[in-house]
Amino acid sequence: MIGKNELDNIKKKQSDWEKNCYSNHIKTHSERKKKFVNLSGNEIKSLYTPDDIAHLDYIKDLGFPGEFPFLRGVHPTMYRGRLWTMRMFSGFGSAEETNQRYKYLLKHGETGLSVAFDYPTLYGYDTGHKLARGEFGKCGVAISSLQDMEILFRGIPIDKITTSMTINGPAAIVWGFYIANAENRGINRGSIGGTIQNDILKEYIAQKSYIFPPEPSMRLIVDTFEFGYKEIPRWNTISISGYHIREAGSTAVQELAFTLGDGIEYVKWAIKRGLNIDDFAPRLSYFFNSHNDFFEEIAKYRAARRIWAKELKKLGAKKPRSLLMRFHTQTAGCTLTSQQPEINVTRVTLQALAAILGGTQSLHTNSMDEALALPSEKAARVALRTQQIIAEESGVTNTVDPLGGSYYIEWLTDKMEEETYNYFDQVERIGGVIPAIEKGFFQREIAEAAYKYQREIDNKDRTIVGVNDYTTEEEISIPILEMDEKGEERQINRLKKLRKDRNNSKFERCIAALKKAAEGDENLMPFILDCVHSYATLGETCQVLRDVFGEYVEPAVY
Amino acid sequence: MNDIASNVLKGEPRSIARLITLAENNDPVATDAMKAIHANTGSAHVIGITGVMGSGKSTLIYELTREFRKKGLKVGIIAIDPTSPFSGGALLGDRIRMTELATDDGVFIRSMGTRGMLGGLTSAVYDVVEILDASGKDIIIVETVGVGQAEVDVIKIADTTLVVLVPGLGDAIQTIKAGIMEIADIYVVNKADRAGVEQSVAEIESLIDITCSEKDRKIPVMTTVAKDNIGTSDLVKEIENHKSYLKKTKMFDVQRRKRYEAELVEIIRKRLMNFIFDESTFKGKVESLIDQISKKEVDPYTASEEILGKILK
Amino acid sequence: MERKIRVLVAKPGLDGHDRGAKIVARALRDAGMEVIYTGLHQTTDMIVETAIQEDVDVIGLSLLSGAHMTLFIDVTKLLKDKGIDNVLVVGGGIVPEEDIPELKKAGVAGVFGPGTHCDDIVNFIKTNVKR
Repeated sequence: MIGKNELDNIKKKQSDWEKNCYSNHIKTHSERKKKFVNLSGNEIKSLYTPDDIAHLDYIKDLGFPGEFPFLRGVHPTMYRGRLWTMRMFSGFGSAEETNQRYKYLLKHGETGLSVAFDYPTLYGYDTGHKLARGEFGKCGVAISSLQDMEILFRGIPIDKITTSMTINGPAAIVWGFYIANAENRGINRGSIGGTIQNDILKEYIAQKSYIFPPEPSMRLIVDTFEFGYKEIPRWNTISISGYHIREAGSTAVQELAFTLGDGIEYVKWAIKRGLNIDDFAPRLSYFFNSHNDFFEEIAKYRAARRIWAKELKKLGAKKPRSLLMRFHTQTAGCTLTSQQPEINVTRVTLQALAAILGGTQSLHTNSMDEALALPSEKAARVALRTQQIIAEESGVTNTVDPLGGSYYIEWLTDKMEEETYNYFDQVERIGGVIPAIEKGFFQREIAEAAYKYQREIDNKDRTIVGVNDYTTEEEISIPILEMDEKGEERQINRLKKLRKDRNNSKFERCIAALKKAAEGDENLMPFILDCVHSYATLGETCQVLRDVFGEYVEPAVY
Repeated sequence: MNDIASNVLKGEPRSIARLITLAENNDPVATDAMKAIHANTGSAHVIGITGVMGSGKSTLIYELTREFRKKGLKVGIIAIDPTSPFSGGALLGDRIRMTELATDDGVFIRSMGTRGMLGGLTSAVYDVVEILDASGKDIIIVETVGVGQAEVDVIKIADTTLVVLVPGLGDAIQTIKAGIMEIADIYVVNKADRAGVEQSVAEIESLIDITCSEKDRKIPVMTTVAKDNIGTSDLVKEIENHKSYLKKTKMFDVQRRKRYEAELVEIIRKRLMNFIFDESTFKGKVESLIDQISKKEVDPYTASEEILGKILK
Repeated sequence: MERKIRVLVAKPGLDGHDRGAKIVARALRDAGMEVIYTGLHQTTDMIVETAIQEDVDVIGLSLLSGAHMTLFIDVTKLLKDKGIDNVLVVGGGIVPEEDIPELKKAGVAGVFGPGTHCDDIVNFIKTNVKR
């Protein structure tokens, strides 16, 4: 990016500076650490200069926002045109309670909805199932049927606002609930917008809320891609996720590499099915973590966009919309501390800023109390205000990709891309993503990184404010979310009544048709929608698929 | 007969578990109980399973156990994992693959660390086999740490030894010719849905031809896909065939005799070592002898004669 | 030969977050303990039966889904019902401060939330093991 003569001059002058100014200073003022290492283990130099990015070509490697390779942003104007969506992940107890929380958040300025489901729902069990003991509504809202979905969105204009749903194993069915609810409200399919997470590969690797084994799960996902681009064109049928991989303890490079690897795998499966890449690729989306190392996270998002654009081009995509990576970000839950919870607001602010400087399309900011419980109303409001302050008061949205051209950032972006490709090669040698999952490759890398991180904290090689340094003895006292104790009972009774009142012969027919289709290779979405409309419950529908597809048992890795 | 022994004979799980712990820790209470139960042992079929890491041993054991349970047989499983030589601790994770069996009262699973013993087993394994046998288990499966050439002690304790491999080991089969590949009564190529299974089977069969031409039993090479429960019922048949073969040729008793010999040697070794190193008065002597060896005031052989002399007197 | 402390590390219920459980398992192993790790989705029966067969000194329960008041107490109750009183039960994960007194009353001897130093868990176990 710079002429040879000028570069040589800078190198010479830098060498002088190192030998004189820097060395003299170091003699009497040693640096605070022997090595400065980022969270992926890369050593960071004291200074980055044009020399570090001399190999980059502005046009080829950076380019312009809205054009290949999309490094600087996926839209030409980014936040000058439209701010990122402020989308707060939320859900607890029964549909009624969560409906209230959604209205509260919308009133306070969130611009997109995001549904957190409870564990039984995530695993495809109805409230009251014996394996669901104690879990109702504890980490998300319980949705067992179309009726619950109706209550969840009562009084909310889902034709005007998009909804993201964090659901994986039973994603197709829960999507069915959402679509059916919209249809029953007279909203046409073209006006329904949102995202289902629907990323089973990372479940096997990190989040562990899988149900069926890999092959049938991938089949179901490709079914949703196909149904999506044909029938629900404004819907993102997958949110390829690195968030959970990072939360499980991976480094930033691993998050980048494993997530993009998953994404490429999904594209390959869809192409194998015979789908045209330019039909489904525009509706693939991503979901990243925003962790503590500020600049590393920014470099990560930029590298992600460039790698994805390159890879999709290699796989044959031609439309620009197929090549640009849109992503949602959530600030890192695993960095929140239960000690001095107020200071989590500061952490979240930095992490949110990194995501915004990295060009995220949508953002969730964690609440300060989440290391203790689900967020209270007030804590969630503060988290939302954090985004609004960055948007309105900080000025960072005045220009696109403000850090573009920074010697450090461009060097780091490039480095992370290089290390990602190393991982791609490694996985290839193992035989591909799914064989690597079965051999426990990703899980082992993550467990090692997690253990190393914890040792660093325990040995005080890494400071966590409030935990191993700057600690206080004071009692933790902030208000914790209370849930309606009667919620579970109400839900169980509601389900009983639903099973009695529905047209049960219609229900039987739809379930039987789904079973037959699952045994064959037709697209299952229409069959799932029929079951949903007949008020089959989540558990009943999932059980059909469990019977046909079987259940996954993970390899033992620790 | 003491309480714990009689409860073990009744098959009571907490007593079985307790006695295993006591035996593993060389507790004197265990010695009396072990004496009391020996007469009730001998009827269980002991199956040793070894193989490289990642061969799916635990899943295979899970499916085999389910097959045995279908026949109404009671099963004991001893899952051995390496103890860290640095910390003395161990991560015992074999149960992860057998989690459904935890609540089947016809199955008893015990995880054990090697606790410094080489050879793939643990010193207390003989006791644990006797305890499970006496408690009424028909089948006892010993899953060992099977890495390569040295971890072959399983043949000392098992009636039937299985060596589990996976396809695609290729050249690795040649390099582990000695040791682990010589001990099998049955070979199992697991994960047989992977590429290279026919080649792996062929390689093993040619190895068998080279090493086992004099024996009159052709060692079978089975293929399984344990996670899908394919091939396991055939494997059970082969295990039963092997037992019949041993009984018919009277090799069963010969094999058992070898186990009791190994067991006796191990018990003597353990008790001798404990006596020498744990008795406080004697220990003072040992410590001072070690000091003298360090200062070259005495050589190790003479030192040993001093200790052994005291015992043999 | 010194006794080894045997610990069962279990994840009850549906919670799939196993990062902490695995780290604690390794830390206990590094401290010289024998750790039986049974993986995800353990029911109360599985946990207690495993604890019996493995004759463990400690049961460590890890839960981040909020269901601890039900599931931790299910385990301590079943141990009590079976007359098992010599096993130390400890828990960790996401547990609000205000839930801890009731858990302790029910028999969970220590609760180790986020930010706990692994050595604290090791020392607690070594100090409080019942046998």
